[in-house]
Amino acid sequence: MTRVALPSPAFPPRAPEGAGNLRGSESFPDAAHHELANSQLRRNISNATHTIREKRLQVTGELPDWEQLRDSGSAIKTDVMNRLPELLEQFEAAVTARGGVVHWAQDAVEANEIVAGLVRETGSEEVIKVKSMATQEIGLNEHLESEGIRAYETDLAELIVQLGHDTPSHILVPAIHRNRSEIREIFLNEMADVDPHLDDDPASLAAAARRFLRHKFMTTPVAISGTNFGIAETGTLGVVESEGNGRMCLTMPQTLITVMGIEKIIPTYADLEVFLQLLPRSSTGERMNPYTSMWTGVTPEDGPQSFHLVLLDNGRTAALADKIGREALNCIRCSACLNVCPVYERTGGHAYGSTYPGPIGAVLTPQLAGMHGSHDPNSSLPFASSLCGACFDACPVKIDIPSLLVELRHQKVEQAAFGSEAAAMRAASIAMSSSGKFTVAQKAAGLGRLIAGKKGKISALPPPLSGWTDARDIPKPPKQTFRQWWGSAEGQREIADARRQAHE
Amino acid sequence: MSSRDVILGRIRDALALAPPVQQEIPREYRTGRAMPKGELEELLTDRLVDYKATVHPCEAAELPATVARVLREAGCKRVGVPAGLDDGWIADFDGEVVVDSPCVSAPQLDSLDGVVTGSRVACAETGTIFLDGSPDQGRRALTLVPDLHVCVVDLSAVEVNVPEALTRLVPERPTTMISGPSATSDIELQRVEGVHGPRNLHVVIVR
Ligand code: SF4
Repeated sequence: MTRVALPSPAFPPRAPEGAGNLRGSESFPDAAHHELANSQLRRNISNATHTIREKRLQVTGELPDWEQLRDSGSAIKTDVMNRLPELLEQFEAAVTARGGVVHWAQDAVEANEIVAGLVRETGSEEVIKVKSMATQEIGLNEHLESEGIRAYETDLAELIVQLGHDTPSHILVPAIHRNRSEIREIFLNEMADVDPHLDDDPASLAAAARRFLRHKFMTTPVAISGTNFGIAETGTLGVVESEGNGRMCLTMPQTLITVMGIEKIIPTYADLEVFLQLLPRSSTGERMNPYTSMWTGVTPEDGPQSFHLVLLDNGRTAALADKIGREALNCIRCSACLNVCPVYERTGGHAYGSTYPGPIGAVLTPQLAGMHGSHDPNSSLPFASSLCGACFDACPVKIDIPSLLVELRHQKVEQAAFGSEAAAMRAASIAMSSSGKFTVAQKAAGLGRLIAGKKGKISALPPPLSGWTDARDIPKPPKQTFRQWWGSAEGQREIADARRQAHE
Repeated sequence: MSSRDVILGRIRDALALAPPVQQEIPREYRTGRAMPKGELEELLTDRLVDYKATVHPCEAAELPATVARVLREAGCKRVGVPAGLDDGWIADFDGEVVVDSPCVSAPQLDSLDGVVTGSRVACAETGTIFLDGSPDQGRRALTLVPDLHVCVVDLSAVEVNVPEALTRLVPERPTTMISGPSATSDIELQRVEGVHGPRNLHVVIVR
């Protein structure tokens, strides 16, 4: 009998290290320490998240069928992940049939090369951009710059971030960490021909941005966008926005290049009825956002006459290969989970080091880019949560973020089986298995006070305990153990006092 | 192997490594709702005003006079119209009317004081108007570049909720959904009307 070996499925690769913006330079606790010191940031973020939170509750409360919509949204996305190959092929065929050109990119590096090549073909050295998480994720602007192509962000907040040589701190309102006088300063320093008497009234600032970008919209031949959804059945794409910069980019240039994560598929045009109700209400707390643009391939004599779609993997297939973690791919990027998260509210988005901050970022980032050992900042992200469950309650597609976080913590401990956290756990279980060993260990813990020093916290322990402290601070141990205290003269005196009081 | 085949292969591997659980899709949310005309108009008006659009209700016979009044009050001297707009709608307007075509350039559109168009359908519960590039709505640039948009909505083309409105659309047509004028909340979450799209939206509801 001959045996035929079927090729066994391989675990798909994570997003490559060193490309794009899926990894910060320091662990979450370290980054959070700096951010916590910024009281302006804390005030702005707290104000913003509370305002949006209240608006969201009001408009979701208006719909008696809100829970039913969430159930449908969740099920549709799960079904999409189950049928992803067939839906992507259907989608590709529909886009192509309507005059679009579809490209596939395995990772950030390939996506950036494809987009830069397409821009070069047009001969333009400038592009206008619609705010997009996917292009932020792959670090497209930086790549284009290295190729001599200037990318202009056109969303007001993204423009503020770009002109301020800064990074976004929220999915929906990326410049939420800036106040109006800072924005005025940035405009005065970075915008050509801005009125030197510009005041810091939001309306004046918005008008300055309008003047700055108007000419760009009318003259730049290439636009780059992301998309909120791609409809498999019809090949239709959609961008949900407020300012009209999206409409401008999607309408005025001759060439449009859209970068879309492969998970953004929805099966049918009719499914829009679910997501167009879930997304704006969860996101900005509006019944509907001011503008939504939908297009299918190329429409003769209306809008761009050349349309390219780049379908991006960059670790999404790795997330899909995890039967629990894949749920994170259902995310529709509404940012509701950020706005209810007590951890995000205090640290802001920068502490997460990734394009995707907040609760969903803490799950999605390690899944896309991996957790490469205890020194990888991404290994600290699953611990950046109190597991209070508020994110799960807020999520319009019912992603069980707390359970996903727990699963990732488990995976991290498994991966780190040699050397770090698992070793710390093993040491703890040995120590706790006998009272003699426990006493010795407790005495040793007194050393912790020395390491903790003035901060009153231990934030770096030597290996193997470093796996534990990479992700969190350990409170300073008490001066003496309970047993030491019990055995001391002071302890005996206090106990005698307590007995006396109880008898009086 | 092409990247397409690589990615589709990875997805198949992923689904083999972690086989999916069959998913039924419940559809218990509300669809197919209807409402008496008066209530529908009231709801749509309430939502539009909430979004800082200006609403002008009128009877069919009053439409030309209403459009002319709105344009006059807004100080419009030159307005653009799509090629398929009913001439009668702007018959009472005494300014210059520019009929749009693909040869009208962006700067020319920018020089218009406003634009008058029809609409495909509207959704009362969200205050949303859908444009789909039909001859009375024109290409997308026409309703985007000028600073003022007068949009005529016939009450017979108003649906209660999003699902009903979507059934009236043709998916392949370039579709723009408008809920109030352009707006941003990016500076200290203070809402500012009007950034890049038209800063003024006037909706004429024809009963
Ligand atoms: S996880 Fe849910 S709540 Fe968070 S951004 Fe995604 S869809 Fe919104």
